[in-house]
Amino acid sequence: MEGTAMNIEKWLEENTYHHSDFWDLKKLIQRKEEQGLTISLCIPTLNEEETIGKEVVLFKSELVNRYPLLDEIAVIDSGSEDKTLEVASTFGADTYLASDILPDLEQKKGKGENLWKAIYQLKGDIIVYVDADIKNIHPRFVYGLVAPLIYREEIKYVKAFYDRPLAVSDTVRPSGGGRVTEILIRPLFSLFYPELTAIIQPLSGEYAVRRDVLQEIPFPIGYGVETSHLIDVYSKHGLGAFAQTDLDKRVHRNQSTQALGRMAFGLLQSFLTRAGDQNVVEVKQAYNTILRQFQARKEKYEQLEHEIHEDERPPMIDIPEYRKKFNVD
Amino acid sequence: MAPSKNMSIKTAGTFEQIQEQLPALTEAISEMRETILANLVLLGEIPAPTFKEERRNKMLVNRFSEVGLLNTAMDEKDNGFGVLEGSEGEGNILVLAHTDTVFSEKTDHTLSVKPDVVTGPGVADNTLGLAAIASLPDILNKLDIELKNDLILMGSTKSLGRGDIEGLRFFLANNEHPIKAGICVEGVQFGRLSHMSIGMLRGEIVCRIPAEYDWTSFGDSSAILTINEVINKINDIPLPKRPRSSIVLGKMEGGADFNKRATTAKLGFEIRSESGSVVDEIGYRLEEAVAEVASKTGDYLNLDIFAKRQPGGIEFSHPLVRCARQILKECEVNPRYEPSTSELSGFIDYDIPALTVGVSSGKNLQMEDEFINIDPMYKGLAQLVAIILAVDGGHCNEH
Repeated sequence: MEGTAMNIEKWLEENTYHHSDFWDLKKLIQRKEEQGLTISLCIPTLNEEETIGKEVVLFKSELVNRYPLLDEIAVIDSGSEDKTLEVASTFGADTYLASDILPDLEQKKGKGENLWKAIYQLKGDIIVYVDADIKNIHPRFVYGLVAPLIYREEIKYVKAFYDRPLAVSDTVRPSGGGRVTEILIRPLFSLFYPELTAIIQPLSGEYAVRRDVLQEIPFPIGYGVETSHLIDVYSKHGLGAFAQTDLDKRVHRNQSTQALGRMAFGLLQSFLTRAGDQNVVEVKQAYNTILRQFQARKEKYEQLEHEIHEDERPPMIDIPEYRKKFNVD
Repeated sequence: MAPSKNMSIKTAGTFEQIQEQLPALTEAISEMRETILANLVLLGEIPAPTFKEERRNKMLVNRFSEVGLLNTAMDEKDNGFGVLEGSEGEGNILVLAHTDTVFSEKTDHTLSVKPDVVTGPGVADNTLGLAAIASLPDILNKLDIELKNDLILMGSTKSLGRGDIEGLRFFLANNEHPIKAGICVEGVQFGRLSHMSIGMLRGEIVCRIPAEYDWTSFGDSSAILTINEVINKINDIPLPKRPRSSIVLGKMEGGADFNKRATTAKLGFEIRSESGSVVDEIGYRLEEAVAEVASKTGDYLNLDIFAKRQPGGIEFSHPLVRCARQILKECEVNPRYEPSTSELSGFIDYDIPALTVGVSSGKNLQMEDEFINIDPMYKGLAQLVAIILAVDGGHCNEH
């Protein structure tokens, strides 16, 4: 265990950044161009017309026109009922319905599905994923994540975390993720993948990844996609393949405890599947896929059943259309 | 900076040629939508209440540096500057927007961008004005415009309320460069053309009563009631029809809860008149009204005057006004001649010809759902560029 602590300490020292470390965008662009890298931004959406316009405007102006860091901005939508795609398209994003990408495959719906299909649809050597519900969106959400990949060849996967205290004193302050991270994921990682606890916010929806890594990992299409990624990339490449960047504050919608419960249920399914496949844990029976939550109406308690089944897509490299499009032998 | 597809605008030539180029200017500026809106968002989401504009102006100055302006600075009043050097550099044109807004730091400054509108606190007054200033270097670069005069771009601080345009006053008092003309940019309304400042006196009346319960004045011991008495007295002050004059009772606060006597109350007001002596006369009357109510009620009343403007400005027939009028006409917008009490007064004190213009249309000013319309913004900015070209070309000089 001492080795784990030392590894984590070394990794935190060497692979944890703050976005301000990468303020010099001209230098970043120069390094990107020297390596001939292309970078795609994927914004997965479902009914995000309130926030998507600002996100596209900022990234287009600052990271395409002013500093050409991004080679494409794509919005991949799960079938919004509002004007998400129209707004995004107005401001110059490439817009796609997830169901229109690889249409011959069985239809599935979920954020992970959009992220997975982005690997096929987008052309970048690096794909950076940014959620659409961020109220205080800023270019740092992209350059802070892609910069470690541009500057360090050995880094393959960069995760965001958010840590912006109002004041810093000499005393110790807790730092970590949200409720689901601290109550579920970090304890699970501590039990079975202790080195992954170094990732401060394993569930954050913002990360940048090299294509050659993305194409080799399966994608849960629901809640479990981020957790599953971390386990798979860690198992193949070790902790050294990760970096994390503090992007300061992230303002977004808060979720109810019930919603977080549903999320935790999906995450557990993905985790157990992964850990089971790797013989880290042994699951002896098939999972129940119904989560029951309860509500009270006067004196009577009612059960609410939520069917949550963490379906999964195979590694993209196994899809013949992908192999053909990207000339993978 | 990424290379941009530039178009060429004739900077030398007649005023008529500048007017003829307005449609092309508008078209070219509309192609820069994302740049302008990004500036609007990046600046607008940084809170900038009066006296706390430093962070927003740092962002402005960073923008100037990013587009390659070599001469950028902030001064001791937190004003932000960027200078676009002209080919001849003999004179200076000062284009400014006030950086401050009426919203506190605690207000959620998130802006929302839709295809036709941008909504959020301060977006019209005056983040759009500031975004116009921030975008001008990019716009002039895209249009391939090189001016003869130096163009000083400024985000001015401490403009509103008690700020009393302190930022601009400081700059003009200490600036060593001769200013040929001043253009004040407000987010809204496009079509506004202010060339005169009216006389103005701005202040606040504060009433305080003791916190102890006074049974002898059961039910009517309240700072709000006392302020109400002052308001009644103010309403009795006669106002002349000519010169046009008014007393604006613009702001009021008082009390803490439904069931508690108000121990403090405040009334914010502005006296306005086309005549400086009338402003003074109304000011004396208001002072008397406050003193009278204080003596009758025995309550503590304090009158604090913290901003004053002298009426003045340039004539309707001044070439700068004439050029701006014709440019608006070419934009198919009817000019609205509103007297101003803002930055324009600072220029008037120094006999510098100046105008205030608006960039777009918008509504719900100084409310959290304030918004600006995106589409009119392109013509509004084309108007601004055309006025700068007219000043630079010497078409606005008095003969």
